[in-house]
Amino acid sequence: MKLRRVGAIVLRQFYLMRASPTRLVPAFAWSAIDIVLWGFITRYLATLSDAGPALALGLLGAVLLWNFFGRIMHGVTTAFFEDIWARNLLNLFATPLAISEYVTGLVLTSLATGAISLAVMLALATGVFGLSFFAYGLAFVPFLLVLLLFGVGLGILASAIVLRLGPASEWLIWPIPALLSPFAAVFYPLSILPAWMQWVAHLLPPAYVFEGMRAILAGQPFPAQTLAWALGLAVLEVLAAYAFFVHIHRRAVRSGLLARYSAESVS
Amino acid sequence: MTAIGARSAGPGAAPVLAVADLAKRYGATTAVDGIAFTVGRGEIVGLLGPNGAGKTTTINMILGLLAPSAGSIRIDGVDLARHRSQALARSNFAAVYAALPGNLTVRQNLRWFGMLYEVPDLGRRIEDLLAEFDLVRFADTRCGLLSSGEQTRVGLAKAVLNDPVLLLLDEPTASLDPATAQDLRALIRGIADRGRGGILWTSHNMHEVQAVCDRVLFLAQGRILLEGDPRTLPHQHGADSLDALFIRLARQPLAAEGER
Repeated sequence: MKLRRVGAIVLRQFYLMRASPTRLVPAFAWSAIDIVLWGFITRYLATLSDAGPALALGLLGAVLLWNFFGRIMHGVTTAFFEDIWARNLLNLFATPLAISEYVTGLVLTSLATGAISLAVMLALATGVFGLSFFAYGLAFVPFLLVLLLFGVGLGILASAIVLRLGPASEWLIWPIPALLSPFAAVFYPLSILPAWMQWVAHLLPPAYVFEGMRAILAGQPFPAQTLAWALGLAVLEVLAAYAFFVHIHRRAVRSGLLARYSAESVS
Repeated sequence: MTAIGARSAGPGAAPVLAVADLAKRYGATTAVDGIAFTVGRGEIVGLLGPNGAGKTTTINMILGLLAPSAGSIRIDGVDLARHRSQALARSNFAAVYAALPGNLTVRQNLRWFGMLYEVPDLGRRIEDLLAEFDLVRFADTRCGLLSSGEQTRVGLAKAVLNDPVLLLLDEPTASLDPATAQDLRALIRGIADRGRGGILWTSHNMHEVQAVCDRVLFLAQGRILLEGDPRTLPHQHGADSLDALFIRLARQPLAAEGER
């Protein structure tokens, strides 16, 4: 892997954001709105029950972590869409750039925008609503890592789907986090779900994160084994998503799809 | 019309592009049917043919954007199928249908593409190319705001950024006024005359082809029907001009094949 080529992909995204700062707004705006909205909801709920700060920390923590995952996923797909929107795939893939270098560049871009989103959310949650995520202790780091990896994997998978189905299919990609959220048990225990949904949930690393988060808030020990399992699952899913992207790219090169990739939709 | 200048690869010089038995099939449809040709150092080879002849399919295969069904492509001796990155590092292209991202400035586009090609001393190389292609005043203008002629010059500057040994130009002057097109042809001829690399050029402008190309390949229905010097080829085949020969070959490719 040539770092200079990876840097070229990141630099292009940096140029785009610097030229048009509105591109950065989605990186934090929706997450910030969610934090403010849920911050007031939890503040209200706290007045109705004795759970108080623990309830606020649980709900707002869940909102923050889920938004972080969503930003990472959309960070990867949006960086990929920039090349689709600019009809740049011909120029890009006629260079010595390897797929691994391209995908690494997309992921690094996503990490940068995801970090901005996380910083804004943490600032709002602590500054405005007075919450401290130190309650989670060091567990907060593996929580973030699992969600980051899952977001990366899903972002790569979604990009491969758009590469295969054409630019119009990007509309299928935006709602993916919302579709997954009931299964990931973001706001309620896994045991609430019917059995078939629990089966699906066990394939989703975020479900382990949110179960672990609730366990810590309930005073239970840090679920190291469960998180290690979630981490392994997330790594496997990143590798599977990358293999799928490579497969779709090779298929596009064989079928001529890549060379024709400028139409509104392709089949 | 006289040639701007012509040279051919010296005898025994290794070709910058060697295409052998190249084919592309889509099910029962054959787009390219077992073609073979070379491009030598310092040589400009014109790839001619009617729409749908297989020119762009051939170029896409050489660019690594389309996998051949059969055959091999070697760029500067490097097998494209086996060593994709190394082979593509030695080539570059400009095409009227592949404009650079319009939301980046000329300098930004040259910089990030230069990084993709790992161009050494990139800053200086960019400044040299901006001057060579008369783009200094547009350096900080977004490419999407440039005229089509200016965008073509930017595309060509990108295409020579890595000093490629193989330069592929797909109708590079299609959107240019006659004066700009002439300047550009001279510029491209100059690049070839430096002798380091060769150029594969497609065009529907036969006068341009006669002026610039050392050799032409006539492609129809995915096959090479004729090959030779564009200045002598028409007379060898009983045509008044390259235009007339092109029209005859486009309309009666099977008859032309019998003449080979």
